[in-house]
Amino acid sequence: MTLPTEHRSLVVVITETALEQTLLRDFDRLAVRGYTVSDARGKGTHGVRDAAWDEAANIRIEVICSRDQAESLLQHLQTHYYADFAMVAFLQDVEVVRPDKF
Amino acid sequence: MIDVVVLFFVFGLAAGLARSELKLPGALYETLTVFLLLAIGLKGGEGLSRQPLAPLLPQLAAVIALGVAQTLLAYALLRGVGRFGRSDAAATAAHYGSVSVATFAVGMNWLAVRNIGFEPQMTIILAVMEVPAIMVGIVLARGIGKQTDWRTLAHETFLGKGVTLLLGGMAIGWAAGPDGLAPVKPVFYDLFKGTLALFLLEMGLIVSRQIGELRKRGWFIVGFGLLMPLLSALLGLATGMAIGLSAGGLTLLTTLAASASYIAVPAAMRLAVPEANPAVSLAAALGITFPFNIIVGIPFYHWLTTSIAGATP
Repeated sequence: MTLPTEHRSLVVVITETALEQTLLRDFDRLAVRGYTVSDARGKGTHGVRDAAWDEAANIRIEVICSRDQAESLLQHLQTHYYADFAMVAFLQDVEVVRPDKF
Repeated sequence: MIDVVVLFFVFGLAAGLARSELKLPGALYETLTVFLLLAIGLKGGEGLSRQPLAPLLPQLAAVIALGVAQTLLAYALLRGVGRFGRSDAAATAAHYGSVSVATFAVGMNWLAVRNIGFEPQMTIILAVMEVPAIMVGIVLARGIGKQTDWRTLAHETFLGKGVTLLLGGMAIGWAAGPDGLAPVKPVFYDLFKGTLALFLLEMGLIVSRQIGELRKRGWFIVGFGLLMPLLSALLGLATGMAIGLSAGGLTLLTTLAASASYIAVPAAMRLAVPEANPAVSLAAALGITFPFNIIVGIPFYHWLTTSIAGATP
């Protein structure tokens, strides 16, 4: 069976919890239609972020959108946040049904 | 004699330093924070329901000035002696100009164990003192420019978790009065010490994680973390004497002045002054000043109060 799917981009942002509200406001302004936020923990150049309490907690935001929008999101994150915040963002190809939703 | 709640902190610190597997769930820490803030608010509000509020305004103005003075002093020391960059100095100074609710709670408990009373408005003073340092810190880092989104920032600061819960608790305590509060007393008053003990256990674990950062930063930050609370304590004591607090109130205000924020200020500074390194301020405020205050500071500030101010409980 072949399900008719279409390609979209999945943007994943892993960053400090402190940034959550700011980023989600940015996303709304950049016309992102939907996102999923989850709590995360890990280790990187800013040390161990073990989510033991707010200041050391991370979030992971996932957005599925068009390639163009995904690139402009990454661009936006790079210009505004990469320098000062613990942040990793990347995009990957995903296949979706209901393409009009994304 | 060291208070039993402080022993819980020492235990958490020791377990963390020994790299024990002990870890409390993050949600518990959050819950304990909410509980403590509400309990402190309720207690203050209950006391305030029995006295007129207008005479408090000059006292609040005085403690706002105290917060501003502490921030400026810390900034001058960090810039002048510590050779900190502008942003790092401003962000760290804001931590020291603001207050720590956990330190306040330990101080409250210390007084309660010794049956020393204090004014109910200490709770409002606690809530009010969280804020001015944040504003001063941002102005020190940025100048009064257009780059800062003051609206969002004011929202984050005044409606942050700490201030909201303290003021909410106070409003409930004030509206309900002692009789109205009776049904919730078993939870918020009787469980206070046990909850504080659990909270401090987690604080011990959190503080133990700052040690690595402190090793990297060297002796200045350790010296600053010890000296700054002592200087602030003197400013706090002078302010308290000027506004005529009792011995217990003086001890608490001195403790508040000496304490450094590690919740409200880090969150606000992260957004307002993102280029400042949060690890430096936290290492000093949490790694040095918090343990110093709750273990040595509070008894010392009370001694200072009784010997310098001549106040008797």
